Amino acid sequence: MSENVAPQPGSFQELAQLLMSLDNLLVSCMRCGLCQAVCPVYGSTFREADVTRGKIALLENLAHETIKDPKSVNDRLNRCLLCGSCEVNCPSGVNILEIFIKARSFVAGYLGLGLVKRLIFRHLLPHPRLFNLATRISGFFQKPFLKVANPLVGTHRAPILKMFLGDRHIPSLPKASFSSKRGALNIPAGSSGIKVALFPGCVPDKLFANLSEATLKILRYHGVGIFMPENLVCCGIPSLASGDSQGFLGLTSQNLKALSKQPFDYLVTPCATCAANIKDNWPRFLDKYGEEEKKAVAALVSKTMDITQFLVSALKVEFKPAEPKNDAKKVTFHDSCHLKKSLGVAAQPRAIIQSLPDYRLVEMPEADRCCGNGGSFTLFHYDISKDIGQRKRNNIVSVKPDLVVTGCPACLMQLMDLLSQNNDQIAVKHVVEIYADTLPDQAA
Amino acid sequence: MSINQTLINEYINITSPSQVLTEEADRLSYSYDAAVLTPRIPALVVAPATEEQLGQVVKLTYENSLPLTVRGSGSNLSGAVIPEPGDSVVILTNRLNKILEINEEDLYAVVEPGVITSQFAEAVTARGLFYPPDPGSQTVSTLGGNVALNAGGLRGLKYGVTKDYLMGLEFFDYNGNLVKTGSRTVKCVTGYNIGAMMISSEGTLGVFSKIIFKLVPPPKASQAMMAVYDDINKASETVAAIIANHILPCTLEFLDQKCLIHVEAHTKAGLPTEAQAILLIEVDGGHQAGVDEDAQKVKDICVKVGAKDIRVAKDAAEKFKIWEARRNALPALARAKATTVLEDATVPRSKVPAMVSEVNRIADKYKLDIGTFGHAGDGNLHPTILCDRRDKEEFRRVEEAVDEIFDVALRLQGTLSGEHGIGQAKAKWMVKETNQATVDFSKRLRQALDPKYLFNASKKII
Repeated sequence: MSENVAPQPGSFQELAQLLMSLDNLLVSCMRCGLCQAVCPVYGSTFREADVTRGKIALLENLAHETIKDPKSVNDRLNRCLLCGSCEVNCPSGVNILEIFIKARSFVAGYLGLGLVKRLIFRHLLPHPRLFNLATRISGFFQKPFLKVANPLVGTHRAPILKMFLGDRHIPSLPKASFSSKRGALNIPAGSSGIKVALFPGCVPDKLFANLSEATLKILRYHGVGIFMPENLVCCGIPSLASGDSQGFLGLTSQNLKALSKQPFDYLVTPCATCAANIKDNWPRFLDKYGEEEKKAVAALVSKTMDITQFLVSALKVEFKPAEPKNDAKKVTFHDSCHLKKSLGVAAQPRAIIQSLPDYRLVEMPEADRCCGNGGSFTLFHYDISKDIGQRKRNNIVSVKPDLVVTGCPACLMQLMDLLSQNNDQIAVKHVVEIYADTLPDQAA
Repeated sequence: MSINQTLINEYINITSPSQVLTEEADRLSYSYDAAVLTPRIPALVVAPATEEQLGQVVKLTYENSLPLTVRGSGSNLSGAVIPEPGDSVVILTNRLNKILEINEEDLYAVVEPGVITSQFAEAVTARGLFYPPDPGSQTVSTLGGNVALNAGGLRGLKYGVTKDYLMGLEFFDYNGNLVKTGSRTVKCVTGYNIGAMMISSEGTLGVFSKIIFKLVPPPKASQAMMAVYDDINKASETVAAIIANHILPCTLEFLDQKCLIHVEAHTKAGLPTEAQAILLIEVDGGHQAGVDEDAQKVKDICVKVGAKDIRVAKDAAEKFKIWEARRNALPALARAKATTVLEDATVPRSKVPAMVSEVNRIADKYKLDIGTFGHAGDGNLHPTILCDRRDKEEFRRVEEAVDEIFDVALRLQGTLSGEHGIGQAKAKWMVKETNQATVDFSKRLRQALDPKYLFNASKKII
């Protein structure tokens, strides 16, 4: 097809043309292959198509129509955690996540989304009431299905649900989600004079409600005002990772609308993935937003923070290093990819841990190596996810800690599953949980 | 012979279904390496996981007269693992990745070919010993690939290159029979020194299965410094004077002004961009006092020859900072434009200034952006051409410039490649550096060891 004739909508030529819009990014990969050193998926499978260099080569060939099999390319493109390890390590500074996220959306647009994903991304995630109801019903009926797997880690097996969950060891759902229990929040700024929008994120809201409660407790303790509108929805990362840019943009618009109701100084979340997604991915589709939305997204890029980053770097809470008590628990910290590689947050959670005399921080080897969860990656590639995770588990166990702490709810789920499967007696906590435990209880 | 399902099943019988890749998308991802050359898609990719599987795969492939290319991590810069044309097979070594032995008493290690260089070096360091070769791709390159291309690195001047650490080798010949050469001893004169022939053989003579490397005790002290020059000849005189004073720095690196400008733009590290060249010098040794003495001598030489500024690292943080310019040389150049053509022409040490000025002349002549950095201590320079491979007219000028760089290197009594290899990129130049008799001799040797001409046929000698 000659270049100046517009290709048929939905045709392979249209897909190739869309991918050609990434050509300037793709061409900057010099094929050095240094991504092999850090890619968790490649480290498990040793397949070139699983590493960034291979995926970029496939996309280039698809764009230039020298391979005409979008399905195969898509299968390989999806064997990626979007952890960003390669981008951080890339000598030519290739904008890898931009390439992968856009390419996933182009290819999914061509291949279609599939019924289950469509139902979840377009019908469940945009409706917070329905999503809360679904989790509440699941929470109510879960008991007969769950068998305790590892009480210290806090996991269960669900043999009857094997066809959906595999052999995963999972935490149980709380009776009610954080947002349905608390409703909308509007607490004026206290001593700090700062007001934040609290973005709990789906996993802390619906699965780890304790984590959201801990976040709330910390913010209130430090006199931070809190604004949490009731119709916040998913940040959109699952939709985006599956290439559903339409669903993603719908969710973003809903969130922007909800957040526009009140002024706030920072947007704070205990979910590293939500924070990274808001800062890095919301602006990726700037041309698809209206003028007001564009401004709001641009403002959020500088305002959005992980909770530990907010406490240490914005609120300037002084976390003085404390001498660990004699009976202090040995804790090791896992750097979540979205926290360290996307947000550059690694010192802050450690500063918090080291200020607590009840804990002694010991670093594990490869603390910033991906745990293998990758959000929806683990749903579709559980075998690889588990294999990547086993390396993380071995690194954790090697320093013989009492507990492992992280700053990302998805990593929490993965670490719980890994340690529980290995029958390790090591607790798993989010850093805000151990900090909140040291603060005095306040009236809710 | 073409590849049909029966043959694929034979490969699967030797290995397992997941070790044999036949789908187009998988094969396509083995069509290139780190050289900027035209890719070629192999017909089949197989990843043996044991020595036994490796031998059987080689035998089966040869029996079926299929061209074969052995691939580690595909990080070489000479097209040495771009597959052969036609129904060709790629044999991956990355599952043969076990360190079999590190012997602290007898100072050697035995490894499989797919072990990653830096992982090996770290394992050796953890046992209190030292494996010096450190090619730029060491975090991904395999030791098998390092032997096949005689990989070098920053420590060549004092510590040598991969060949200086090869004690023994086991490899499969074309029949799939295991051949053994060398030993675990310092001295060994048993049979021909086949290992020396296999070094930098680029996959044309046999398929490695096991490598024995020499290890050395690590240096206990080191000192790093940066010397800044407004005249490139003075930098070169410094190098010559250091060596004439019988000091062998462990690293003696060079960056020209174009490089410095790119690195400074990328890092904002406060580099002297007005300088014509800088030298980064590190001396090491067994005793701090001896190292300090050498460092002082080097500093005096730099001053005497005419360095306009010298920065000596006072601690580990400053040492890290001094090396920042070198660490960022390639990243900075690579970011400047879409395509980075990294060359490897090497000249006798004293010819470095002549070579750099010739490279700059060539850059002007072909209107190209070329930054040069490299290993001044061993005359191994990396003129790096920044371009965009999509611009056909420009890329033609790049190719002409590369040809002329080789011409100049040979005229200065240098060599086509110090460490990147001949591969398919430079095979056509072999006659020019040597002569027809050398090429003919090499071909006869090759024919004896690979009668069907199937081992990486388009590489090295054509």
